Amino acid sequence: MSAKALFGRRYMLSASHRLHSDALSAEANRAMYGKCNNPHGHGHNYVVEVLVGGAVDPETGMVVDMAALDAVVGAGVIDRFDHNNLNLDPLFANRVPTTENLCRVVFDLLRDALPTGRLECVRVEETENNFFECYG
Amino acid sequence: MIFLTRRATFSASHYYWNDAWTPEKNEQVFGRCSNRNGHGHNYTLEVTVAGVPDPVTGFVVDLKWLRDAIEREVLSAWDHRHLNIEVPEFAQTVPTTENIAIAAWKRLEHAVAAAGGAKLSRVRIYETPEIFAEYRGEI
Repeated sequence: MSAKALFGRRYMLSASHRLHSDALSAEANRAMYGKCNNPHGHGHNYVVEVLVGGAVDPETGMVVDMAALDAVVGAGVIDRFDHNNLNLDPLFANRVPTTENLCRVVFDLLRDALPTGRLECVRVEETENNFFECYG
Repeated sequence: MIFLTRRATFSASHYYWNDAWTPEKNEQVFGRCSNRNGHGHNYTLEVTVAGVPDPVTGFVVDLKWLRDAIEREVLSAWDHRHLNIEVPEFAQTVPTTENIAIAAWKRLEHAVAAAGGAKLSRVRIYETPEIFAEYRGEI
């Protein structure tokens, strides 16, 4: 039986967003989100960390082929959000683009798209001082 | 239960090659990593042990002991070495990040168990800051 291991890969994407909930008044939005509610938006260099678990293929020594993983994450996540405004993406039409929600969205985009292995965790770092993890 | 992690770095060279395959297939699957002249990385090894802090010392394990165990069991054999050529566990096994994590675990497991008090919980190895693998034993 092959050993089970985890393979992790970190990607970067730069995007803008504005935290604003249509369910709240303008005043409540300002109170809730503070500077993040600036109508003109602001941006971050996000780090997206993808953790894939599975059996180590005895022939390749790999849980997942990194080039294949890069292609999936690149096409499905990075190309979609990098240098874009998260609020304008249809996936955020009805949810605030907090990093919690971005983390969930990225997990859902990748869950069934991996070349091999199982998606164990998506971690999104918004800045050096805050990060979010989704385990499914 | 407390999880305690000690980090260490080492530098080594390697290449990816499966002797059962043709050179063409090795190049196709492993890309630039299949260059038989090898290439190298600055690896970061994170060793996590789990246990209950000793009521007298407050330690799960003595970090100095863990540092020395990592040095003795892993770094002395791997640092500034060619993994394929000089490290026995990679004579027949491709030294991918996944397999390096497993090999580090096997080198450390008994030393941690023999010391008593804590169990090896997790070994994570970074090949670059963006690429890593983790092994948690047979789970």
